[in-house]
Amino acid sequence: MSKKKTSKKDKTKRTQTVKRILKYASPYRGAIAGAMIFAILYVVLNLTAPVLIGYAIDNAIEKGKVDFASIGQLLLMTGITILGCSVFQWLMGMFVNSVSYLTVRDIRSDVFRKFNSVPLKYIDSHPHGDLISRVINDSESIGDGLLQGITQLFSGVVMILCTLAFMLMLNPFIALVVVIITPLSMFVAAFITRLSQRQFREQSETQGELSAYIEEYVGQQKLVKAFGYEEQAQKSFEEINERLRQCGQKSQFYSSLANPSTRFVNGLVTTAVCITGAVSVIGGSLTIGQISAFITYANQYTKPFNEVTGVIPQLQTALAGADRVFALLDKPDQLPDPEDAKDISQCKGKIDIENVSFSYSPDKPLINGFELHIRPGSRVAIVGPTGCGKTTFINLLMRFYDATGGDIKIDGTSIYSMKRQKLRSLFGMVLQESWLYNASVRDNISYGKPDASDEEIIKAAKKAHIHRFIQRMPEGYDTLITEDGANLSQGQRQLMCIARVMLCDPPMLILDEATSSIDTRTEIKIQEAFNAMMKGRTSFIVAHRLSTIKEADIILVMKDGDIIEQGSHAELMSKNGFYTNLYNSQFAAT
Amino acid sequence: MFRLRRFLKHYKLQLVIGPLCKLIEAIFELLIPLITADIIDNGVKNNDLDYVFQKGALMILLGVLGLGFALVCQKSASIASQGFGTRVRNAMFRHINTFSHRELDKIGTPSLITRMTNDINRLQLAVAMLIRLVIRAPFLVAGALIMAMTIDMRLSLIFFGAALVIALILFVIMTRSVPFFKRIQKKLDDVSLISRENLSGNRVIRAFGRQEKDEARFDDNNDELAHTAVAAGRLSALLNPLTYIVAQGAIIAIVWFGSGYVFTGELMPGQIIALVNYMTQILLAMIVVSNLVVIFTNASASAARVNEVFDTKPSVVETNNMPAKQDDNAPSLEFRNVSFCYEGSGHALREISFTAEKGQTIGIIGGTGSGKSTLVNLIPRFYDVSEGEILVDGINVKDYSFAQLRKKTGIVPQKAELFSGTIEDNMRWGKKDATDKEIKKALKISQSYEFVSKLPEKTHKKLTAGGKNLSGGQRQRLTIARALVGSPEILILDDSASALDFATDAALRKALREETKGMTVIMVSQRVGTIRYADKILVLDGGELAGSGTHNELLQNCEVYREICLSQLKAEEVENK
Repeated sequence: MSKKKTSKKDKTKRTQTVKRILKYASPYRGAIAGAMIFAILYVVLNLTAPVLIGYAIDNAIEKGKVDFASIGQLLLMTGITILGCSVFQWLMGMFVNSVSYLTVRDIRSDVFRKFNSVPLKYIDSHPHGDLISRVINDSESIGDGLLQGITQLFSGVVMILCTLAFMLMLNPFIALVVVIITPLSMFVAAFITRLSQRQFREQSETQGELSAYIEEYVGQQKLVKAFGYEEQAQKSFEEINERLRQCGQKSQFYSSLANPSTRFVNGLVTTAVCITGAVSVIGGSLTIGQISAFITYANQYTKPFNEVTGVIPQLQTALAGADRVFALLDKPDQLPDPEDAKDISQCKGKIDIENVSFSYSPDKPLINGFELHIRPGSRVAIVGPTGCGKTTFINLLMRFYDATGGDIKIDGTSIYSMKRQKLRSLFGMVLQESWLYNASVRDNISYGKPDASDEEIIKAAKKAHIHRFIQRMPEGYDTLITEDGANLSQGQRQLMCIARVMLCDPPMLILDEATSSIDTRTEIKIQEAFNAMMKGRTSFIVAHRLSTIKEADIILVMKDGDIIEQGSHAELMSKNGFYTNLYNSQFAAT
Repeated sequence: MFRLRRFLKHYKLQLVIGPLCKLIEAIFELLIPLITADIIDNGVKNNDLDYVFQKGALMILLGVLGLGFALVCQKSASIASQGFGTRVRNAMFRHINTFSHRELDKIGTPSLITRMTNDINRLQLAVAMLIRLVIRAPFLVAGALIMAMTIDMRLSLIFFGAALVIALILFVIMTRSVPFFKRIQKKLDDVSLISRENLSGNRVIRAFGRQEKDEARFDDNNDELAHTAVAAGRLSALLNPLTYIVAQGAIIAIVWFGSGYVFTGELMPGQIIALVNYMTQILLAMIVVSNLVVIFTNASASAARVNEVFDTKPSVVETNNMPAKQDDNAPSLEFRNVSFCYEGSGHALREISFTAEKGQTIGIIGGTGSGKSTLVNLIPRFYDVSEGEILVDGINVKDYSFAQLRKKTGIVPQKAELFSGTIEDNMRWGKKDATDKEIKKALKISQSYEFVSKLPEKTHKKLTAGGKNLSGGQRQRLTIARALVGSPEILILDDSASALDFATDAALRKALREETKGMTVIMVSQRVGTIRYADKILVLDGGELAGSGTHNELLQNCEVYREICLSQLKAEEVENK
């Protein structure tokens, strides 16, 4: 009972998935309509040819009784039919191709956009390899399978109907025989499909898992080597791979049963046609030429069934892939920006954090009743043991995550009433993990200001003390940087990220361990550059080096999601509390 | 493509049985038109109903047998093709594991992922098709040709002509589409790369409001991918119509000349029907072949990409697996005139020499890009030196097996990365059979014990990829613990305390000193405070050794070091201690 229910649920889900794919194809409905029209023309002509050939053969009755004139005429007609038929087939193929590849392109593009619109939490908590597999493999299987499958289905149906019509015209009785037997093959195919759909879903999921594994382990190859972990990594990989093999083999086998089974049923049809045909000829209601045409039809009639069942594996892979793609697309987006978004024309940098609470997972509250008021132009340093919520603070300020309670205001305007983009443009941000992308040094530095001139870029690079290094690179500012490029040190990568922010000249600044990999001499110079840039502007600095912290206007000491002390360096030192301990620890002898 | 056949050798049975069964099925299939003709020419002509039914029963029997054989073939195909793909993947992953970073940089992780999934999938499909169709289709063609010959020699010439022309068409279209398929896979790599970047840099992208620009960049590549695919499709779409024209043209010719022979009494109409049926069969087989051709052209492009990975030789190789004899008096670590340069750029390190005795702590300090990380990366042989040699316990690192060398050394890289799995799983990286006690000790030394024991799941906490569900500092401490679990003889800390606050950093160093007697520690840092009490400090400047000695010695005679110190500590602090 329950099994029946789930299969019914599966079925409606499948219909919905198909409908959604069709919706993706709908912008190309012109091409689809074209494909369908050409499909009909192709099918009709394709079916006409054997009729003409049959008539032609009928004119060659026996020795000495051959009507060459009629044969010639009929064959000429056949030739024209064939030409037309192949032209239409070609046109149909072209249209189908375009529709399927362009639809896949649109799906991919939507998936990619989804990466930018889901809450960051989703991306933080999801294996990237699996997400990439949806862009690459799952999307591709949609194109491979479903769209071509659907056209095959369509031309198949047209062919079945036309053949049926032709056959009815020739001899209703034999047509009836064919009609009764062939649905059997559809039934067989449907049964097999249902049997294997689960395997296909599993296959697609395992493939995602495998991609995630490769992404993680190949991406961290250095560590794998350092720990001599190759064998274990190989073992786990082979375990996933083995699972992929098992479900892959099952799905492939089950779905490949459909084709021979239907062909078997069709063999029965041919036999039935042959026998009834022969009986009819003996009874005198059919000519020999007609029976030849008939056998061709019976074949023709069953061919689309064969083709349809032949694409079943791809169809199933496609459906499984589509389910995964749509599951991602259905993830709720981050809250949309408000309609009447407020704007801050001249940012002064007054920040009020009012009674903010937040947690990454509802069962573990992290920040509660967080209250902080920052005067315009302050330099705010945040210190505290790791895991105390410093990065969370920045996540909230930049709206990477939304607070679960309370409000954050900039110059009196709630950040939740602003456009995210506007809010973020108020801050220049440098994170500890320096992210560069596959492009030239120039493009990486001008990332936040793509229209910057060369002088501006060089100026920013000079301020970040990376200009001289860049000049020494093989192609200077045109040198290509790769995402995990080995010949840039961690510090150099950070300097590039700093140059990127320097170029933007933002009204406020967030530095989250931004100089952790940079040597102190360079750091001091960069600090000076930042100071000059940030004169009178609000900035937030998360750092461990007390040299950077000491000069802050206000130091926030955080612990377990709360501010436990705040004040200037001198004030905090005189309190002789947590901060004092922290500060003195750097001089502790080791 | 054929080089990959070595992965098929375990499936010899399937490779023989599969096509064989398919062949038998095909023979049965070929017999059908013959029997049909027989029914018409004998049964119908003589009005013999019994004969008709007899032959009908035979047709059904052949059908049942055919189904059985077909099923065996499908089973063989699924076993062999999926098994083949699995083996190629395993071998490829194993091969990638031998790569050093130099090779990984060259191919790139996203491309490796597409090669291991998408490309191998295509190859897998090709293997399945190979078993299912490659024998069957040509056999159907050949069989149809032979049958045609038995009916009428002269008319069979038409068949040969048609088959030849079709083969030519296939060849031309196949060779023309290979470059397209290569370009498609390349573009797929790019799409994968951009997706990966977008995911890893999502914060930065949002911070700079670059979503639209990034989407445009993606769209450019995605568009190009689609259009290349459409262009390739345009070519493939020619295949079926062209084949169709040739085959149908042949049918016209058969009927025309055939009627001539009927007129002269050399042929019966039923035979013409049989010939037409055979030609139709050839056409159907050819359509299958042309689809196969598309699959194989695709697969050959993919095979080239897979082979490219196999052909990439690791630049760092094990030269000697013999356990080397150790000299107990030799220094724990020694650099002799070591120079190193990355591919395509100048010297990253030049003529570095130093020694580290057992149990000593060596500090390495220097400006950004001065070669600190490069230096320590040479010790576990992530890269090989360009000149000079590195000795561990008096033996060149190249003479150790990787396993030996990496057991001796434990490295904590600058980027704190953990792996998905529990904390405990991560701790066992260096030593599979580490006891709970060993893990606990490592956690304590690395100052992680406190926060780990505060977690509700303790060491069983599940980490996401990279350990992203922990804070940067927590991650960093766990990476230190991970290296300590294997109790290496040489511990390398590559600026591994950058995300730690001073108190934790100090406590860590204290614990390291007290708890790991006899362990040689190489400590890269930006902070003078971290390394000032090291037994020896190496000062790097632009890839060269600007000075080495203790803190006080260097203060006296190394200008670079003095500057670094002055940038961090007050003058009196520098002089005092």
